[in-house]
Amino acid sequence: MAKQPAAVIGVGQTHHRAKREDVSMAGLCREAIDRAMADANVGFDDIDAIVVGKAPDLFEGVMMPELFLADSLGAAGKPLIRVHTAGSVGGSTAIVASSLVQAGVHKRVLTVAFEKQSESNAMWALSVPVPFNMPVHAGAGGYFAPHVRSYIRRSGAPTHVGAIVAAKDRQNALKNPYAHLKNKDTTVETVLASQMLWDPIRYDETCPSSDGACALVIADEDTAKASPNPAWIHGTVMRSEATTAAERDQVNPQASRDAAAAIYKQAGITNPIEEIDAAEIYVPFSWFEPMWLESLGFAAEGDGWKLTESGATALDGTMPVNMSGGVLSSNPIGASGMLRFAEAALQVRGAAGEHQVDGARRALGHAYGGGSQFFSMWIVGSEQPVS
Amino acid sequence: MTRTLSAPVTVAFDYTRSTGPVLGRFLTGLRDGVVIGGRTSEGTVVVPPPEFDPVTHEAVTDFVEVASTGTVTSWSWVSEPVKHQPLDRPFAFALVTLDGADTPLLHALDVASADEVSTGMRVQIRWAEERVGAITDIQCFEPEQGGRAASEASDQSRPRDEEAVTGVITPVELDYLYAASPEESAFYRGLAEGRILGQCCPTCQKVYVPPRSACPSDGTPTNEEIELPDKGTVTTFCIVNVPFMGQKITPPYVSAYVLLDGADIAFLHLILDIPAEEVRMGMRVEAVWKPREEWSTTIENISHFRPTGEPDADYDTYKQHL
Repeated sequence: MAKQPAAVIGVGQTHHRAKREDVSMAGLCREAIDRAMADANVGFDDIDAIVVGKAPDLFEGVMMPELFLADSLGAAGKPLIRVHTAGSVGGSTAIVASSLVQAGVHKRVLTVAFEKQSESNAMWALSVPVPFNMPVHAGAGGYFAPHVRSYIRRSGAPTHVGAIVAAKDRQNALKNPYAHLKNKDTTVETVLASQMLWDPIRYDETCPSSDGACALVIADEDTAKASPNPAWIHGTVMRSEATTAAERDQVNPQASRDAAAAIYKQAGITNPIEEIDAAEIYVPFSWFEPMWLESLGFAAEGDGWKLTESGATALDGTMPVNMSGGVLSSNPIGASGMLRFAEAALQVRGAAGEHQVDGARRALGHAYGGGSQFFSMWIVGSEQPVS
Repeated sequence: MTRTLSAPVTVAFDYTRSTGPVLGRFLTGLRDGVVIGGRTSEGTVVVPPPEFDPVTHEAVTDFVEVASTGTVTSWSWVSEPVKHQPLDRPFAFALVTLDGADTPLLHALDVASADEVSTGMRVQIRWAEERVGAITDIQCFEPEQGGRAASEASDQSRPRDEEAVTGVITPVELDYLYAASPEESAFYRGLAEGRILGQCCPTCQKVYVPPRSACPSDGTPTNEEIELPDKGTVTTFCIVNVPFMGQKITPPYVSAYVLLDGADIAFLHLILDIPAEEVRMGMRVEAVWKPREEWSTTIENISHFRPTGEPDADYDTYKQHL
């Protein structure tokens, strides 16, 4: 059964900061929502349903925040759904919202994802000791660093490739007025000189801790056709897998490869590097750029770092990646996935401002979460897909 | 002996909440000894003020001072108060519509028995002695004592020249019992005897340590017990240099995946007795057990792993575990 066409007609986000002490969680969400609705030229009365996402509850210590947020999100009298898939949640939330339109259930769905990291401590929340187990866990960096080491060993990548990614993304962030980090002096050399936090991951190769929110308005075909620059949804996918399993590939997980294959099939893409003009990929630690480039089929296995090292993934390169500055420059965890999806939409709408890739017609938004076990992706385009 | 092991866990954190301008205004009022409501687009006065108007969805900006006296609109009797409730003796939770407001506020009402509470009864705020800008600045409600309440509140009012409240701290504490699965419990009981007990999945034949209630590939419980040696290979690792809240081991330390000989999955443990920068992928290691008298049902009976001195394992022998 064919899906109904759907498109992003409004994008909004907050100015991401280490601390947004001037707003409550509701106020933070509304800042993004109000911008998305203004962009879409709709009001709350035009919205049929609201889908909200945020990272694990321990991160902010609010169980089921959708309950107290319902009024502020304009959800009274409407369906309100909360989505929960760890770090990938922002992407999954956008996909659930788009599914409601693609299924023909609703015409206009508002979706918002947020995080107020300053109210808690994610490192602590990810490292609560479990009885009987060895208390060696050390946050997300501690979890991913061994797998980054595995990637370097498997691919034979030179050790400065991670620094290339970090320097590139921080430079891109200078062109994004909403980005959290604005470190204009960041270079490959300064990244390499920064402190080793979770060897082999350096301080400047990690994402910041941010307060922020992102919102999208997703609409049906009729509404989208009346919009000046819709980002048509060409494909969406979510895949999951076990956190730990015998001989599980933690560098290039099966669920990631399966998700990529599925979304390219939906979008009719056979050669992603040729057919996708820009990619906004979830890279919380710099080395995940080459890792995901391989998993997503932009490079052969073991060759992702060569694409990065060649400069292809720079804003003016042949395969721009993380034009917005990426997770490495802004990380309100719950919103981080949706920010990737939003950037893909901005690119194909020609609305990305100084970080616009010239003539971008098709873009990939990507998020992952948990121990590389949840994946969500979408491909959006400037043209309505031929069904 | 019960089938499964369990242990208490406490998760506690002091969350800091940014109030935003509307709730900040309300809490600033409480600190100053007054109750502030918000007037909605339909003219309703709501206490505490909503951040956004329920009809227009615009931010609420019209604030109204309401009285510290009001009327009970509904209530519930708490005969056995629990920790952290507003009062340590039986009390009522009451919905109180303050004079000048159109909606009720939920708070505690201090009366000696349920016989003294009724819908429609008149009550007044009993202010806390120390007010800090929190809902607990209202200590509770009490039966109205004819006209005293208003003057009492204003007597206690502070000069309103302090900075507005912009944040509150919300301590959260969860106490719960963590239960290991039956399969894990067998593993931890083995450790209490100095043995490392894995189990094999009957479907895929992979050896899991710790054993699993459901093999991630097949969903079948691992069953056939296999005693594993306390020797293995470091597949990959990181050096933790970063200190953080709640950390149990002082950095820097090496957190490594150790693949025991005969196992099909590595587990995380600590590597010591070698400088961190000399730890290698493929390094052969062995368990260093704590003194037997310190053993219990935990992987921490193994203090750490140390190099065996054997040649490193060939990459091809462990690359499928990366």
